[in-house]
Amino acid sequence: MSEEKKTFIDRIWDIFASVKFAIVIFSLISLTSIIGTVLEQRAEPERNINILTRLFGESLAPSLYNILEKLGFMDMYHSWWFITLLILFSANIIICSIARLPRILKLIKEPMKPMAREHFETAPIRREIVLKGKPDKIKEAVASSIRAIGFNFSESKEDKGYQFYAQRGNYTRLGVYLTHLSIIFILIGALIGIAFGYKGYLNLPEGRTAVAFRFSPPSGPIDEMNLERILNALEASWGDISKASELLNMKEKKLKEILRKNGIQPLGFSIRCEDFDVEFYENSNTPKEFKSWLTVIDGGKEVVKKSIEVNDPLSYKGTTFYQASYGMIPNAPGWFVLRLTSKSGSSEIKRLNFGEKFVIPYSNIEGTIRDFSPALAFDKEGRPFTFAEMMNNPAVFIDFKEAGRDKYSGWIYKRYPLTGRLPEGHIVEFLDLWGSQYTGLQIRKDPGVWIIYLASTSMTVGLFIAFFMSHRRLWVMVIEDRGNTKVHIAGVSNKNRPAFERKIGRMISLIKERQQGGK
Amino acid sequence: MDSSVFFGLSTMAYIIAMIIYITYLAFRNKSVGIVATTITIAGFFSQTIAILMRWKEFNDISGMGFLRSAPLTNLYESIIFFVWCLILGYLIVEFRYKNRSFGAFVTPVAGLALAFIDITGMSKEIHPLIPALQSNWLLAHVTMSFIAYAAFAISFSTGLMYLIINTEKKNQPAYIFWAFTLGVFAVLLISMGIDFMTFKVAVRPEEFIKNYLFRASFMNKSAAVRIISWISTISIIFIVWRFGNILKTVIEKFNISSQILDEITYKSIAIGFPIFTLGGLIFGAIWADQAWGTYWSWDPKETWSLITWFIYAFYLHSRMIRGWRGKRVAIVAVLGFFAVIVTYLGVNLLLSGLHSYGELK
Ligand code: HEM
Repeated sequence: MSEEKKTFIDRIWDIFASVKFAIVIFSLISLTSIIGTVLEQRAEPERNINILTRLFGESLAPSLYNILEKLGFMDMYHSWWFITLLILFSANIIICSIARLPRILKLIKEPMKPMAREHFETAPIRREIVLKGKPDKIKEAVASSIRAIGFNFSESKEDKGYQFYAQRGNYTRLGVYLTHLSIIFILIGALIGIAFGYKGYLNLPEGRTAVAFRFSPPSGPIDEMNLERILNALEASWGDISKASELLNMKEKKLKEILRKNGIQPLGFSIRCEDFDVEFYENSNTPKEFKSWLTVIDGGKEVVKKSIEVNDPLSYKGTTFYQASYGMIPNAPGWFVLRLTSKSGSSEIKRLNFGEKFVIPYSNIEGTIRDFSPALAFDKEGRPFTFAEMMNNPAVFIDFKEAGRDKYSGWIYKRYPLTGRLPEGHIVEFLDLWGSQYTGLQIRKDPGVWIIYLASTSMTVGLFIAFFMSHRRLWVMVIEDRGNTKVHIAGVSNKNRPAFERKIGRMISLIKERQQGGK
Repeated sequence: MDSSVFFGLSTMAYIIAMIIYITYLAFRNKSVGIVATTITIAGFFSQTIAILMRWKEFNDISGMGFLRSAPLTNLYESIIFFVWCLILGYLIVEFRYKNRSFGAFVTPVAGLALAFIDITGMSKEIHPLIPALQSNWLLAHVTMSFIAYAAFAISFSTGLMYLIINTEKKNQPAYIFWAFTLGVFAVLLISMGIDFMTFKVAVRPEEFIKNYLFRASFMNKSAAVRIISWISTISIIFIVWRFGNILKTVIEKFNISSQILDEITYKSIAIGFPIFTLGGLIFGAIWADQAWGTYWSWDPKETWSLITWFIYAFYLHSRMIRGWRGKRVAIVAVLGFFAVIVTYLGVNLLLSGLHSYGELK
């Protein structure tokens, strides 16, 4: 009974240790993934029904959709069977490596031994040269030539001569295993990220501070009152959870649980958006860069100030803030920020409300902001209109008066500072409508990402070892043959034999050279 | 003078070289071969100059520093770079193996890739980079991916040649496979040529590809044209299948042993695979991580690179199974390149994804 059971386990083990099984898994993962790229993942049902209709016609699409949906293809990379495939794949790599490793380790550790004379005839690489003189005289030339091609040899005495033997790169046999192990660690890193990390999104208006963000919709009904009280306490304690729980007279664990149920992740500190700005390419609506100036406040103190851009995030205590998007806040009470520079060069920055008056320094010219457009353009008749909802081309319309009398008026653009040059030589620059935009931040904490980076590095190292380095073994026998000396050379390389052959060729010409030189 | 002059010269050189290489294949006259090589090298130099000039032009326009101005930001530039890598790889093979006959197989790929740019009428303009593309990781990612793709392209040609000279009977699966593959390639090229001729005149070029690829044939409004297209497809594949032995005798004239073909196939994959792993998958993941905060999101482009990776892993491992040398692994090498093409072009042309990179504008 027990023996039969063992053979069953053995059989499973053998399957998992085989390269054939790996090939089956490779094919299954590839083929199913193809379907996942044709169907849109986690999309609205109509989109995929549309795709299926285009591919298979109207009559088949709905039933096909139902079947595929039941099989999990609409979110297939998270389906149980795809995850099973990944687990089988990992088991395959692990077991396959465990099964082979002892033999490989033995091969690596095995010290070199001299080769029996008859085996020189059958070695994969074999060469023979005949040199004038006795082995004793030639020995040194041979030894130094072996050293010259980078082999550290051992020596043994033969009947009527000597044998040198050496190996290099025996540890390169482990390159493949480093690669395989790294793949497992990449998967482990991904799992750690899923288990202990979080990801979310936060729209943070200019000038506002956040202590938490939403990572998922709330599970169950929200207790608004309670939640607001909790968030207020969190804000009052600058995001510090234990302080907030003291304020609320609530256990910290309970507080965290309530937040999690509501799909809210506290940051543990707070973050403020000081300013946000989009820069455009000249004469174009292509954004060149968007930038947020952020401040991290921990324990009530400002600890980090950094501007972030796409491709240049901010990290604090394992949480990373990525510049993801931006937008306008409807009806935001923003401040117009103007820089007023008088003809004489003295300048000041003013923050103004809509309709508020300002005076250019050292002059009696007075301005009033009358109109604003986030994206100003003019139609064919020369009438102004707003062509986009975002701040693509913000401009303010300003009325200027001198000593109470109307003087002139016009649009001043943020993107074109020259538009604010007044006839008298004063300059009015429109710097910003501060408080009108929010920055869209992607927030992530992923403690597994470093494992993934390290494992990716070691996987690459492993691959380069596996493909570009080899385990080479060399035997050279120097023996007397009818008054002359015969040099027998044998070589084995586990890959890239031609390269080793070239190396041996170089050694042979060195031997010949040095032998003649020594004469 | 600007870069387009040199691009034009190199395209012309590759097309002339293609004709001479094919002539060489037919007559095996040594001096013809030397002319072919010389013209290829001249084309390569001209293309190198063109790429450097475009780099400088882009740098002057964008003002974003030298590294970020590498001319690798859209499909047009990436195809140019792919061809450059392919020709470089080919020249290395030619000098190492002292064999010119592959030239007749590689230069057409280069010529057609360059022709593809015109056929599809894709934009050749220098576009300013959107913020997500302003990353040094992107440069490393794209450069290395294309070096790997070029290595895979070489393994594709040698794998296919291996299959052609090692199959005898027309009902053999391996024979049917390569005849089908070549037939499909021919059909794709012909139908793109027809698209070009029908629509280049009528339609604004920038609208061309997303909307009009295969509209003159497989996706035409008229059902009759669609049916004719499919019938022609089947006939072309049939012709390749029926007269494939002619191709075989031509290649056999060259005394390229199947062992060498197998070796070149393996070596190009052995070079391409680690470069693809590091540049394509890992650097791509780092870039996504920096830009969006997700190193892997299963979008179609990422998934197709993973599929490509798995197919080449399949190739490497299948060589270890007893009885799997030779034809079967050559088939896998050929299939791998299909995955490369889908990753490179298909995802942008046929599937849509997160990736803004490589969109045809
Ligand atoms: C996609 C994942 C994998 C990658 C990237 C990978 C990579 C590699 C590479 C590069 C080699 C060396 C090939 C050569 O020298 O031509 C190799 C060898 C090998 N792989 Fe994998 N491998 C993967 C998965 C697996 C799996 C699942 C198995 C399970 C059976 C496996 C078993 C082996 C074996 C037995 C060898 C030969 C080892 C030796 O020569 O001592 N590999 N692998």
